[in-house]
Amino acid sequence: MFNSSQSAVKVIRCIVCPSGCTITATPDQSGNVNFEGYTCNRGLEYAKQEYYEPKRIITTTMRVENGFLPLIPVRTDTPILKDKLKDVLKEIAKIKVQPPIKMGDILIENVLGLDANIIASRNLNKI
Amino acid sequence: MKKYEADVVIIGGGSAGMAAAIEVKKAGLDVLIIERDYELGGILLQCIHVGFGLHEFGEELTGPQYAQKFINQVNELEIPYLLDTMVIEITQDKTVYAVNNKDGLIMVESKAIILAMGCRERTRGAINIPGFRPAGIFTAGQAQRFVNIEGYLPGKTFVILGSGDIGMIMARRLTWEGCEVKAVVEINPYVSGLIRNQVQCLEDFNIPLILGYTVTKIHGKEKIRGVTISKVDTNFDRIVGSDRFIECDALLLSVGLIPENELTLNAGAELSSNNGPVVDNNLESTIEGVFACGNVLQVHDLVDMVTAEAKRAGNLAIEYINERYGKEVKREKQIRCIAGDNVGYIKPDLINLSDISKETMFTFRVKYPDRRIQIQFRDKENNQLIYKKNKVYVIPSEMVEIKLNLEENQIDTGCQHLIIDVVPRPEVLIEEE
Amino acid sequence: MIYDVIIIGGGVTGCCIARTLSKYDLKIALLEKKADISMGTTKANSGVVHAGYAADRQYIKRHLSIHGNKLYTQAYRELNFPFQRIGSFVVAVEDSQIKDLEDERKKGIQDGVPNLELIFDKKRIKHMEPSLTDDAVAVLHAPTAGLVSPYELTFALAENAAMNGVKFFRSHEVVKIKHTDYTFTVRTFGDEFKCRNLINAAGLYSANISKMLGLDYFDIMPRKGEYILFDRNAMHLNKILFPIPTVVSKGILVCPTLHGNTFVGPNAQNITDTEDTSTTEAGLKEILEGARKLVPNLPLRASIRNFAGLRAVPDTHDFIIDNTDVYGFINVAGILSPGLTSCFAIAEKVKEFLELLGVVMKVKEDYNPIRPRPERFKDLSKEELDQKIQEDPTWGKIICRCEMIPEREILDAIHAPVGARTVDGIKFRCRPGMGRCDGGFCRPRVIEILSRELNINYEEVTKKGEDTNYLMCHTKDLLLNEIKRGEEAE
Repeated sequence: MFNSSQSAVKVIRCIVCPSGCTITATPDQSGNVNFEGYTCNRGLEYAKQEYYEPKRIITTTMRVENGFLPLIPVRTDTPILKDKLKDVLKEIAKIKVQPPIKMGDILIENVLGLDANIIASRNLNKI
Repeated sequence: MKKYEADVVIIGGGSAGMAAAIEVKKAGLDVLIIERDYELGGILLQCIHVGFGLHEFGEELTGPQYAQKFINQVNELEIPYLLDTMVIEITQDKTVYAVNNKDGLIMVESKAIILAMGCRERTRGAINIPGFRPAGIFTAGQAQRFVNIEGYLPGKTFVILGSGDIGMIMARRLTWEGCEVKAVVEINPYVSGLIRNQVQCLEDFNIPLILGYTVTKIHGKEKIRGVTISKVDTNFDRIVGSDRFIECDALLLSVGLIPENELTLNAGAELSSNNGPVVDNNLESTIEGVFACGNVLQVHDLVDMVTAEAKRAGNLAIEYINERYGKEVKREKQIRCIAGDNVGYIKPDLINLSDISKETMFTFRVKYPDRRIQIQFRDKENNQLIYKKNKVYVIPSEMVEIKLNLEENQIDTGCQHLIIDVVPRPEVLIEEE
Repeated sequence: MIYDVIIIGGGVTGCCIARTLSKYDLKIALLEKKADISMGTTKANSGVVHAGYAADRQYIKRHLSIHGNKLYTQAYRELNFPFQRIGSFVVAVEDSQIKDLEDERKKGIQDGVPNLELIFDKKRIKHMEPSLTDDAVAVLHAPTAGLVSPYELTFALAENAAMNGVKFFRSHEVVKIKHTDYTFTVRTFGDEFKCRNLINAAGLYSANISKMLGLDYFDIMPRKGEYILFDRNAMHLNKILFPIPTVVSKGILVCPTLHGNTFVGPNAQNITDTEDTSTTEAGLKEILEGARKLVPNLPLRASIRNFAGLRAVPDTHDFIIDNTDVYGFINVAGILSPGLTSCFAIAEKVKEFLELLGVVMKVKEDYNPIRPRPERFKDLSKEELDQKIQEDPTWGKIICRCEMIPEREILDAIHAPVGARTVDGIKFRCRPGMGRCDGGFCRPRVIEILSRELNINYEEVTKKGEDTNYLMCHTKDLLLNEIKRGEEAE
């Protein structure tokens, strides 16, 4: 069965290119979803992803102790579920890391069990 | 006084400066980067969001990641650079004077200079919002630096004026830090930045985007406590009776970027209407041997485009040193490019007549969005259409790039002015791009 | 401790009186309501030192400004503030206006305004000021008119006064005054001061101060003037340009600044709120329209800031400089234009009043009238600069890119006598943030330096005193609060 957010008509603005097509996703009685308004295949793929399982990359900062800078920019190494964003941001906020740190270092592994790591976006030395 | 010598001095150690330096170094020439901040990387370091590097590296990187890749290359190639160093003067004979707190005055003698100083943000003064001058008004980039690098939040409830990419990205950034963004207000009837940012930075968080409005009054004498926004007509004049008050404790301005060219101007180079230096098809300014690339020349949409332009500038500087440096070369005849209908500015400003057999990379921005248009290049003297290209849409936030061989397009050698227009298509046909 | 003299108000008038009196063997204090001196009517002022012909002969302000203009020459030598006599033009655009100019010239010369000249030769006018409108039919040229940076003058006056023993108390708003047994007791929030003589130079608030002593014989109304400032290099003017004056003001001028900018303004609006320094859409339009009559080609794209200042307008139409009925209490009120021009003459007058009150004016043996010129990066040759940086590396650390201000100048501004405590205080003393980026790059650095030098947290650094903090909290604090609230809820 589909949950409520998936049973309603959803309007999706395509971000694949600057044309910005408006794609409408309409589920029918049997659960099939009809996508309308896209003008290319990439647009359709995007709309399907946005409809069934919207994901985002998180980019934020993490606090650093005794660092050359007080914060280090971090990101998820892969997109995560959109409705988990806030939880992950709070998780990141709790933590302080120690330099030296290299770009790509995993600072939180498999954050909240979402199959994504929080990695460093740059190198950062001690003070 | 500390003295240095280098074949090429690069002013600015951001994305443009580093890319140009790497090209020069790889060709075996001596290069020196002068950077005013305490580390290489430039503005990318505070742009912690993703959206960089798809063209250059084939993956979506954050700003710091993109910068780090170039910093690593600079270090691997052992390219020398000076940090915390401010250039104070560039002379016509390509001597660069700078200061820092370790070496004192620094003099660098060079054969060629590449300007890569980037751009700065337009401010409240530039747009003349009436009202008080309280604490709590920041440019979006300034707030970005405070939040992402210095580690401070400049407010809790925000209004953002301007729907440029930095403004929208800051809306998400602040929301993610627990702040409330009341609205993004845009004077134009259309969003200025990318649709992707409109969706992922505003719509994802239900942040209202208010089009066709601007901030007409700032409230609060000591600390800002709100703004009045008003609807504007097509001349951007306030429509009486449309005022709305929005409470906030900080206002961010994202109202455009301007190339940073005080040094260029003081050196005696000519600037064009976009505040970037006048350059020829070799990215050479009106001072021989002084080149410009990146946002100091024109504000780009993507850092990948900055990198591409900077690589080109690096190679053109190398070519200059190998072929023209120290030789008495007479200033050749040039065609001047003119921004015509719906064109804000055009680069290059000049085309050397002797180079018309080479490919020229034209870049420009339109003044307002339009659909089903034709881009036309016209020889003013002979009133002849040299080149035309149809496009489905043009928007100011997207720079147009056109590579063109003027000789192959049969330009007359008597041409002195090349006018670039963006006009409605002469006849409406169903065409594929 | 009983002071001989207390001055209320740290604008140019109050500071000039403090400095003039600091020559004598007196115990003096100055009380200022705001977080810094020079932040009231002095700050947003045209900065014009008038030649002195403009005011009506019946008013003391005419005579004080003509004399005051002359006193600038010596003061400039002693105090080293930015000042230059570039001369002014009053511009007639219709033949009917010429007679007024001729009258002004005659009376001015009779009253001692030097070298006033009426010029009709259009070629010569254009040569002297190429930007001026072609509509000009004649100009009244006053070569002794000049430009001064009003706040830098005020800082110089205060520094020199402090060097000579005057005590400055900022963030000290006077709330109550008592007068008993030839002693004034002046209460501020949290403090109490006693003095024999009290000088009221409280600008917009001078009527309120006077009323605290029961003297209700004048009123001060705020009159707002809006300005627009243009970037350096946007245009170049040789002269201060005035239109033919109106009853309320000298009109909207187009004027260069000593730092190479150009400004237009002010307009004149009578208002009621003494704190209303907001600019308005209509006002900005008005000044641009007015200014275009003098200079048709204004560089609108190069506008970098708009601001408004208030003038303290007395209902008496003239300066109020009185030994009052309250023995020892001197009012120095209603000092609007040409008050800046007159400040040295006003201070002399106050000194005379104190002598009449029996205050003994004995020159101090160690009085030093010289306030050294602040050293500026921009004034140094490359060789001098190199030398300076070797001796003191803070000369080589550039904080403000637009105006080329090194850390040294900012440290000097903080550690000067009556030094800067706020970001605006630094901005007005040595200019970081005055440039075209409006502080975009340097503000975080200035906040950092203030925090370090004053030994306070980042969040405590303010723009201009209480309740004007720039930063709210650390990044992550809001999220951590949310987490805490969530845990508490559980």
